[in-house]
Amino acid sequence: MLALDRVSKTYPNGVEALARFSAEIRQGEIIAIIGGSGCGKSTLLRAIAGLDRASSGSVTLDDETISSPHAKIGIIFQEPRLLPWLSVADNIGFGLADLPATERREKVARALERVGLADKAQAWPRELSGGQAQRVAIARALVPRPEVLLLDEPFSALDAFTRRDIQDHLLDLWADTRPTLILVTHDVDEAVVLADRVLVMRPRPGRLFDQIEINLGRPRDRNSPLFENFKRSVLTSLDRSLDRSVPDRDATQGPGQAMWW
Amino acid sequence: MAMISDAPVLQQTSEPAEGAAMRSRLSRYARPVLGVLLPLTLALGWELVVWSGWSNGRLVPPPSRVLATITELARSGELVRHITATLWRVGLGFAFGVIAGTLLGAVSGYWSLARRLLDPTVQALRAIPSLAWVPLFILWLGIFETSKIALIAVGVFFPVYLGVMGAILIVDRKIVEVGRTFRLSGPAMIRRILLPAVLPAYVVSLRVGLGLGWMFVVAAELIGASEGLGYLLLDGQQLGKPAQILAAIVIFAILGKLTDWLIEVAAAPFLRWQDAFGRAKGA
Repeated sequence: MLALDRVSKTYPNGVEALARFSAEIRQGEIIAIIGGSGCGKSTLLRAIAGLDRASSGSVTLDDETISSPHAKIGIIFQEPRLLPWLSVADNIGFGLADLPATERREKVARALERVGLADKAQAWPRELSGGQAQRVAIARALVPRPEVLLLDEPFSALDAFTRRDIQDHLLDLWADTRPTLILVTHDVDEAVVLADRVLVMRPRPGRLFDQIEINLGRPRDRNSPLFENFKRSVLTSLDRSLDRSVPDRDATQGPGQAMWW
Repeated sequence: MAMISDAPVLQQTSEPAEGAAMRSRLSRYARPVLGVLLPLTLALGWELVVWSGWSNGRLVPPPSRVLATITELARSGELVRHITATLWRVGLGFAFGVIAGTLLGAVSGYWSLARRLLDPTVQALRAIPSLAWVPLFILWLGIFETSKIALIAVGVFFPVYLGVMGAILIVDRKIVEVGRTFRLSGPAMIRRILLPAVLPAYVVSLRVGLGLGWMFVVAAELIGASEGLGYLLLDGQQLGKPAQILAAIVIFAILGKLTDWLIEVAAAPFLRWQDAFGRAKGA
């Protein structure tokens, strides 16, 4: 269980990026965080990752307070951020330095197989396409078996076709060990395809506006009417979140009351 | 290295590329040849001019006479003695300069308090023309080897210091963050992230430093030496032997290029990952 308790972040220049964000996220749940620009999505993710400290409030994972990067929490950034001087295989094994070499090689080989890049093991990152590089980044983050995997708009730089492919791929990988996924995105389609629950944030200051449970089985059919319905409700909520005349609701309510429309 | 990068091109191009493959093979040999075309033409031209009697070549001796001087020096064993002396000075000065530049540069780059304390002083010292140190070094360290090596080390120090510090300061924050998410300790962060990230810039600074080392060895040897290539220069001037001066200059060129090439070759295996303009061109 990952618990976010009134997480707030005010930057030194006085910008209030995040205000009292609370949520409880079950182990293995897939969460999509969506919202207009400047709503503190990335700030929130960085606080959960332990890369930045929250100004107040707390992030706890299984009763452990997170204030710096934690072994059980992995993160995938918007860019692949592969280390250009390491081969693809060494990039994937980057977080496994403590393991004996044979075990590391085994795990890396399995991960390469799993993301379909076994033939690229010895390639340099510069030789990969954008989609391949992001797949390597996913493998690198998943190989140490994190309990929570954070994704900061990881597919936004990819073309629509590759994005779809890699979304399915991510779900496939998720099914192996079922980590908690927290995905920041601005793509409604992506949120509805992947998430069990969509958290809608509203900007200035960034705060939770709404949560929408996506009660759809997997694999999800992107063309089914139900899928369209969920997409529409997320879009509606997103529109309302940007409309200043709509007042804040008490965001600490349970998801049950979220179906107010 | 240019030649290695040609190989995959050859494999990829298949049928219509017969001509391209030929061209590529041609360019493999043509590229070095192109480089020596200009000096070779000039040398041959001058040789002809002197040979045909249009000039007596007294002040600008033709290549054959320079070559004769070199072989003569080599035969008497003089050449080896002078080259060894110069190489020894450059080597030691370069080593000291690199060690000091790397250490101080790394400290200033990594630790901002040290940078604030150290960098203004170093920059002020850098603004002093290095030759201005010569009288002081001679007073302090005597006229023999120590003062020469110190002068060379000073010349090497600054580019290396600047290169290392600058390279550390511009390491991509995003890459460092990857290290943080994997909870690297300080030393591991240096070894696994910072060191490889600064290596390309470091190699460049070493090459610049070495170039300055060669520059300063001449200055040091011109000031007072009884052996070394710089001494050959001075001796040639004082005794009116332009062929000897040119011989020393030619040897300087060869040694400078050779040592620079050694750094390049030694660093190449560690820099194969680079994705840069120069690589793609095979330059």
